[in-house]
Amino acid sequence: MVERRPVLTFVRHAVLIAGVALVMLPVYVALVASTLPIASIMTVPMPLWPGTEALQNYAAVIAHGSALGSSAPVGRMMVNSLIMALVIACGKISISIISAFAIVYFRFPLRTACFWMIFVTLMLPVEVRILPTYQVVASLGLVNTYTGLTLPLIASATATFLFRQFFLTIPDELAEAARIDGAGPMRFFLDVVVPLSRTNIAALFVIMFIFGWNQYLWPLLVTTQENMYTTVIGIKRMIPGGDAAAEWNLIMATAILAMLPPAAVILLMQKWFVKGLVESEK
Amino acid sequence: MEKRALFRSRWLPYALIAPQLAVSLAFFFWPAGQTLYWSTLLQDAFAAHPQFVGLDNFKALFADETYFASFRVTAVFSLLVAATGLSISLLLAVFADRVVRGATLYKTLLIWPYAVAPAVAGVLWLFLLSPSIGILTYALRGFGVDWNYYVDGGQALVLVVIAAVWKQISYNFLFFLAGLQSIPPSLVEAAAIDGAGPVKRFWTIVFPLLSPTAFFLLVVNIVYAFFDTFAIIDATTQGGPARATQILVFKVYEDGFKGLDLGGSAAQSAVLMAIVIGLTVVQFRWVERKVKY
Amino acid sequence: MAAVSLRDVRKSYTSDLQVIHGVSVEIADGEFIVILGPSGCGKSTLLRMVAGLETISGGQIDIGGRVVNELEPKDRDIAMVFQNYALYPHMTVYENMSYGLRIKGFSKEIISQRVDRAAGILELKNFLDRKPRALSGGQRQRVAMGRAIVREPQVFLFDEPLSNLDAKLRVQMRGELQSLHRRLGITSLYVTHDQVEAMTLAQRMIVMNGGRAEQIGAPLEVYAKPATVFVAGFIGSPPMNLLPRGDRILGLRPEHLEPCAAAEATLTIEVDLVEPLGGDTLVYGHETGAGAAEGRARVAVRLPAHAPAGNGRLPLRYGPAQEHWFDTASGKRIER
Repeated sequence: MVERRPVLTFVRHAVLIAGVALVMLPVYVALVASTLPIASIMTVPMPLWPGTEALQNYAAVIAHGSALGSSAPVGRMMVNSLIMALVIACGKISISIISAFAIVYFRFPLRTACFWMIFVTLMLPVEVRILPTYQVVASLGLVNTYTGLTLPLIASATATFLFRQFFLTIPDELAEAARIDGAGPMRFFLDVVVPLSRTNIAALFVIMFIFGWNQYLWPLLVTTQENMYTTVIGIKRMIPGGDAAAEWNLIMATAILAMLPPAAVILLMQKWFVKGLVESEK
Repeated sequence: MEKRALFRSRWLPYALIAPQLAVSLAFFFWPAGQTLYWSTLLQDAFAAHPQFVGLDNFKALFADETYFASFRVTAVFSLLVAATGLSISLLLAVFADRVVRGATLYKTLLIWPYAVAPAVAGVLWLFLLSPSIGILTYALRGFGVDWNYYVDGGQALVLVVIAAVWKQISYNFLFFLAGLQSIPPSLVEAAAIDGAGPVKRFWTIVFPLLSPTAFFLLVVNIVYAFFDTFAIIDATTQGGPARATQILVFKVYEDGFKGLDLGGSAAQSAVLMAIVIGLTVVQFRWVERKVKY
Repeated sequence: MAAVSLRDVRKSYTSDLQVIHGVSVEIADGEFIVILGPSGCGKSTLLRMVAGLETISGGQIDIGGRVVNELEPKDRDIAMVFQNYALYPHMTVYENMSYGLRIKGFSKEIISQRVDRAAGILELKNFLDRKPRALSGGQRQRVAMGRAIVREPQVFLFDEPLSNLDAKLRVQMRGELQSLHRRLGITSLYVTHDQVEAMTLAQRMIVMNGGRAEQIGAPLEVYAKPATVFVAGFIGSPPMNLLPRGDRILGLRPEHLEPCAAAEATLTIEVDLVEPLGGDTLVYGHETGAGAAEGRARVAVRLPAHAPAGNGRLPLRYGPAQEHWFDTASGKRIER
């Protein structure tokens, strides 16, 4: 900023604080609601400072879910979400990094064809091919399994392209020196390429973990048994049709629980995440 | 694109690229092809032999009033989400860029909603704006606004737009901030020396340099509004009331899974595919060209 | 340690793009041979073909008596030092130097022994735990050499290793390379575009131009009897004066031209630039007067510091033994 006027600075901070308030408002209200007994919520307006029922609400919802909606224990759902997110994140990263390595460091017939095939998958999100994908998974008997939950989502063109872009910046001489040192391609990959890719892997982990944790449409279709629900679809199922007859305090507790792991991952790895996100979309 | 240092192996590159290709073939190309194929069939869950009907499903679709309504809703929805989301994020980014103290704190506090699932975002705003017990509903009533989105389709749309925008603010903010920070300060300073005030500087220097980022985010937000918002709709209004929030991707799900109209649903998917491909192509062509000065 | 033999080695990228045209040379065991030439002459390509990093389109390369045309670099028993060092950035100096040995499966004791020995020779003992980014350019280059030494190969290959160092460091490293070679005695192929490096380090030189080896010989021999116009003009600083004389070219080294009285002059120049260097003075000008051929060639003269030098006519003479004659069409040397 070139001019220095205290008024401007005040305005800037005011706007930013308003922005933060807007962003935090729903979460704050949810947090408060999750600590109240249901009666307090049903009396309008609900109080805006935390109540005393936190322990009870969270314990109840983790163990039993909501009595008025789906009664799947949220504890179990968190485990499912965690498994899904971890498998998807690790799976996407592993598959993409070796594909990128193959494309960059080898010349083989069909290389260009493979490259474009992977590129094309960038263009169609799962929602557009949802019905036939369900059919494939169902016919493989993978409904209500962790494999069915994760496998269809595990090919990521974004990660492949990010790795490819990065690999192209690794100096050629490093590979040549490794060749002369006697390293075969896989040795070079494990000993040199992967350690050098650490930052990219960290950034992608954050993005993929959140992607996996927040999946909605796919788990909705592929899980019909309560013990396989993920947290994110479990919340929705806790809201019975209609408006008020729901245990909102428990639902909000579940919402908070659903937000915690991804938020924790972002906050812990903020630096890599920001870098990786901006790089990956370019 | 070419690297000079290469390894020689007959089978290794194929082995390395196989997992990605296998998953892509099984869960991407095959279903995409199936979608196109089904869109030419007339079938339902009970019929044993689907009939080939060519483009009839598409013709029926384009004659269907509810389909056009859905198109309209989606268009309005995505424009609102994009316009509101980008404006708010740009404002916040511009100010965050220039603030000296607390910049990191603001950034952290504004970034983390990226972690929130669209479904959860929907549920949170559902709670805030619940016609009976929502705290914001109460506040609105204090201003004389009668809020009940179960009845008022326009209000339902407002609800989902708010939830969708809220969730996207972080993503847009991040990119705008990065874009702003890549503008050389000397350009802005030169303009100031030339006599341009802050507002003029923004519109004549900063915004044009930010336009590749802005255009990129525009396309991303539109794609987001078309597809990722399924969860928000399903968690809040389920397309209602009276289809007021039935966006295209939700209609695909409803017609296919609830209504079991596989042909019609597949045809809708095919149309969506064309739209996404179009948007992606536009994005790649235009963004690549504009970024090069 | 081994002899290296190149027989009619050729390289083409496509059927019409041939970059190396039949280079042949027999390198003795323990010899330090320098491949010298301007950018793009193919010297690095030739070295890389010996290393196995480029394929050989024609001819044969032997190392230690074995034909290595089809062998992978790791099977050729060679080690290479790169211009940009090519150190693994995430590994310590010790790990960089021991990487090749670890892959081959040597025991910890042997690895430690060899690395310590190399580190001692190169004065790297205090840096073994550091990562490359904490080292200066000269230190990195020594680590690169250390990595080559521990492998105890039959042949060392150097690809312009000193180009990225500043002038003072280059002189110092040249000295270290010489003492290293004296000490280890390993056959070495060294690529450079810097003729001073070549003249000081080489036991023999291969002067390359446009993919051809124009002359192979000991430095002083190449200096005294350049085989082609190109070699004549490339070696020497300032380069040899090349004066057109009909269908031949007369070559005269700047230090062989002596000022004299006008009546005795065999070459007269019009001076327009005087560069006093302290120990010598360089004088530049154009040929003039009778005997000056078509196109007034530019001439450089190296005079002792005390000689009078100023703009204007300068009569010069030279001895007949100091003439070099080349055929204009082929560029090749003509022997009297």
